[in-house]
Amino acid sequence: MEKEKVIEVKELTKKFGDFTAVNSISFDVFKGEIFGFLGANGAGKTTAMKMLIGISKPTSGDAMVSHFDVHSQADEVKKNIGYMSQKFSMYDDLTIRENIKFFGGIYGLSRKHIKEKTGKLLEELQLQEVADSLVGSLPLGWKQKLAFMVSLLHEPQIVFLDEPTGGVDPITRRQFWELIYAEAHKGTTIFVTTHYMDEAEYCDRVSIMVEGKIEALDTPKKLKQSFNADSMNGVFLKLARNVE
Amino acid sequence: MFERFKGFVNKEFYHIFRDKRSMIILFGMPIVQILLFGFAITNEINNVEIAILDKSADSETEIIINKLNASPYFNIESEVRSEKEVEEVFQKGRVKAVLVFEKDFANNLQILNQANVQVITDATDPNTANTISNYVQSILQHHSDEINLQTEAPYKLEVKSQMFYNPELKSVYNFVPGVMTVILMLVSAMMTSISITREKEQGTMEILLVSPLKPIQVVVGKVFPYIFLSVINAIIILLLGFLVFQVPVEGSLILLALESVLFIITALSLGVLISTIAATQQAALMMSLMGLMLPVILLSGFIFPISSMPEPLQVLSNIIPAKWFIIILKGIMLKGVGIAFLWKETLILITMALVFIGISVKKYKIRLE
Amino acid sequence: MKTIKYIVQKEFKQIMRNKGMLPIIFVMPLLQLIILSNAATFEVNNIRLSYIDQDQTSLSRELISKFEASEYFSVLGVYPSKKEADNALKRGEVDVVLEIPRYFERDLVREKRNSLAVYLNAIDGAKAGVENVYLNRVVRDFNRKISVELMQPEDRTLKQMNILTIPSFWYNETLNYKTFMVPGILVLLVTMLTLFLSGMNIVREKEVGTLEQINVTPIKKYQFIIGKLFPFWVLGIIILSVGLLIARVVFNVPIVGNIGLIYLFTAVYLLVILGMGLFISNYTDTQQQAMFIAWFFIVVFILMSGLFTPIESMPDWAQKLTLLNPIRYFVEVIRMVMLKGSGLGDILWHFGVMSFFAVVLNALAVWSYRKTN
Repeated sequence: MEKEKVIEVKELTKKFGDFTAVNSISFDVFKGEIFGFLGANGAGKTTAMKMLIGISKPTSGDAMVSHFDVHSQADEVKKNIGYMSQKFSMYDDLTIRENIKFFGGIYGLSRKHIKEKTGKLLEELQLQEVADSLVGSLPLGWKQKLAFMVSLLHEPQIVFLDEPTGGVDPITRRQFWELIYAEAHKGTTIFVTTHYMDEAEYCDRVSIMVEGKIEALDTPKKLKQSFNADSMNGVFLKLARNVE
Repeated sequence: MFERFKGFVNKEFYHIFRDKRSMIILFGMPIVQILLFGFAITNEINNVEIAILDKSADSETEIIINKLNASPYFNIESEVRSEKEVEEVFQKGRVKAVLVFEKDFANNLQILNQANVQVITDATDPNTANTISNYVQSILQHHSDEINLQTEAPYKLEVKSQMFYNPELKSVYNFVPGVMTVILMLVSAMMTSISITREKEQGTMEILLVSPLKPIQVVVGKVFPYIFLSVINAIIILLLGFLVFQVPVEGSLILLALESVLFIITALSLGVLISTIAATQQAALMMSLMGLMLPVILLSGFIFPISSMPEPLQVLSNIIPAKWFIIILKGIMLKGVGIAFLWKETLILITMALVFIGISVKKYKIRLE
Repeated sequence: MKTIKYIVQKEFKQIMRNKGMLPIIFVMPLLQLIILSNAATFEVNNIRLSYIDQDQTSLSRELISKFEASEYFSVLGVYPSKKEADNALKRGEVDVVLEIPRYFERDLVREKRNSLAVYLNAIDGAKAGVENVYLNRVVRDFNRKISVELMQPEDRTLKQMNILTIPSFWYNETLNYKTFMVPGILVLLVTMLTLFLSGMNIVREKEVGTLEQINVTPIKKYQFIIGKLFPFWVLGIIILSVGLLIARVVFNVPIVGNIGLIYLFTAVYLLVILGMGLFISNYTDTQQQAMFIAWFFIVVFILMSGLFTPIESMPDWAQKLTLLNPIRYFVEVIRMVMLKGSGLGDILWHFGVMSFFAVVLNALAVWSYRKTN
């Protein structure tokens, strides 16, 4: 397949003193993919992702995100990506509308553009009534959907999601993944980390990190086959046992 | 039950001791303050820059001017020639005082028995101005006495002053109790209020409340490590004061220890009270630091004597716990008195602590409902 | 440019919305200014004096009435014995005890000299020193008076030469302490407010996680920093303005010089303080740490600022250290301009140093701010 590579990672490593959090990982992500970055807590997923989004300097190795080098072109990288952090970082003491306006402004969108987007976004998420309520007063599920949409305001090529569905009910999780699918359909690449193994089933391809290394990388179907498991959960358990 | 409580207290200790930066400031601050106060801060005047406008320029004025220059208090920066120059030299801030000797100074002294010296001081700092005025007057008075020695003025009354509790008039004696009070007060109030509001902000407070620990245990557990810390701080300050500056503890060490613990508890309960009012860490920090710092420093008698303040402020100073503790500290350390002389102040501190705790508990209960 | 505008807008909204903090920011400092400025005085008056009169003659009573008449002293009463006086001193009921010996009058007339014993509570050494001076003055006055009264014919040939000192207090004739302290305390409050708030601000975003979100955006370092600090700069100017108004209206502090100079200096001064706050927040992880470090610096700065004790009285090494203390410069400038009417030429040096600090400190702060770790 001649699909375009939007993320290229070669032997990316991050050490903290003696401790190697990310151990020489290499992989590629294609345009329009939903790429699942899985692993247990502490396996190194978040550390790896932080290098890709340009807020952590790699100890060694290379990574190209959206055709820009994370080492030397971090600012360019940031212009082309969106990010939703684990803590769903919106400003609790600003309203929904104000949060959208702020992040839109930071990304350089024109006022007209922001207004347009705000209207569309509120409609899509059906948040029109609470548009002028403080984000802090929203239930978690709504905050999370909002954070996702805000990360897409500037129409980035790739969006990085760090554990986006932590702590919400299954229905909201399902709705969230529908939003993700919609985006991917438009051509946006989705890079998502999660420790919910069932969500792995929703991804196009999945990589599993164990203790800093990538121990498996393929489509969910193929992984289940090769590990002889019924579910991604099973795959993961087998992998974890192998490493022990 | 006690095991759980102990575990909780241990967690608090870990929190505190792991925060190296805060630890350094916590223990370093009193040390730096004492050293500064002991070595650098003083009310006395030294090497004050003055200027002279000598309209006589005779032998008498020369003697006096030399005396002034020789004194460690003054330094003659320049001689000016006119009134206008006097203004200039003040505006530029080069001198703090200008002495003006009148014309025919020596003659007037001999013939009229009186000669005048005008002491013009830059009174933007009224305290220094007053002190300078007094010192100059003393030097001139002394000179006057010397001249008159030959004539042996009759009916001389001598004043023999005895300085009690601080014979050498060391400013450190006044400051060390003050520093100890201010530090214990601010640190205790601040650290307790942050500790509790931080748990509130992070949401872990609710977890604690749901646990089998009773609310009172949570509060005591949170507060306990700081008693320990503050006691260490107090010991450091006293030791430094004693070893480096010879500030004594004339009275009972045990009484000192007990009163200190009482004050620490009072300050801590103030911290708890603040934490019931403040919604965020930021608010708690601002309330305890910015809200308490100046009032404690200015109204407790630490630097400025309370008796010099206007009546309403003197009354206001009574609600500052620091004021009472400073009296207690000075009493035990410098006067060597016992509880018999300090029961009133001790009782007041106990009452304050109870009031703070009482209000905190009430507010707490209201919120739980 | 526009990016900065967005950040500034957000900051202002957050400040205004924080209902708990608003009184702390606006009311507390100004309330403290009004109340505490009255407290800061070293003036010694109402010196509580008691006496032991073992003579009980007309002369001793005359001496006591001299003290009663003095505006500095407050005569509380008589103690029957030294022991009682001792206890009173220990209890802190009295500042000075005067002991008039037996045969005071008789010995003075016969021997033509006598002495008085005075006991002072000298814990506050400076205060005791001043009390002693005033006390000596009263006795000297008394001495002069009775010398004339008791003078015998054979004494008349003796003459006394007197050097009279005439004190003259410029810029503050009445030795009004408020004129001195109010501008100084205002400086302290403005400094504390801006340092604490700016120091905590960035750290709070770190703690909460929104800072990470910002770091992922293409926003430039300087845009972020300017946007963050500008609102506090404005806050500082506002508090200063209200404070100056209070100084004028409530305390009648004169504003002799050009008030524009004060604003000009404050504008630069605030940049220094904000730079410090930013620098501190770059190296701390929690609000508590940031506040602690800021507190440490503020206390040292306050003590070494010349506000409560004069800089000239400090040893050489300490005086040199104060050259690094921004508060020292601000206190000097505000007094020089407000009370003496000093002009731009007079404060040129202060201005220059402040500008230098501002540039260096902010450059350091910006450089040490890492979007990427």
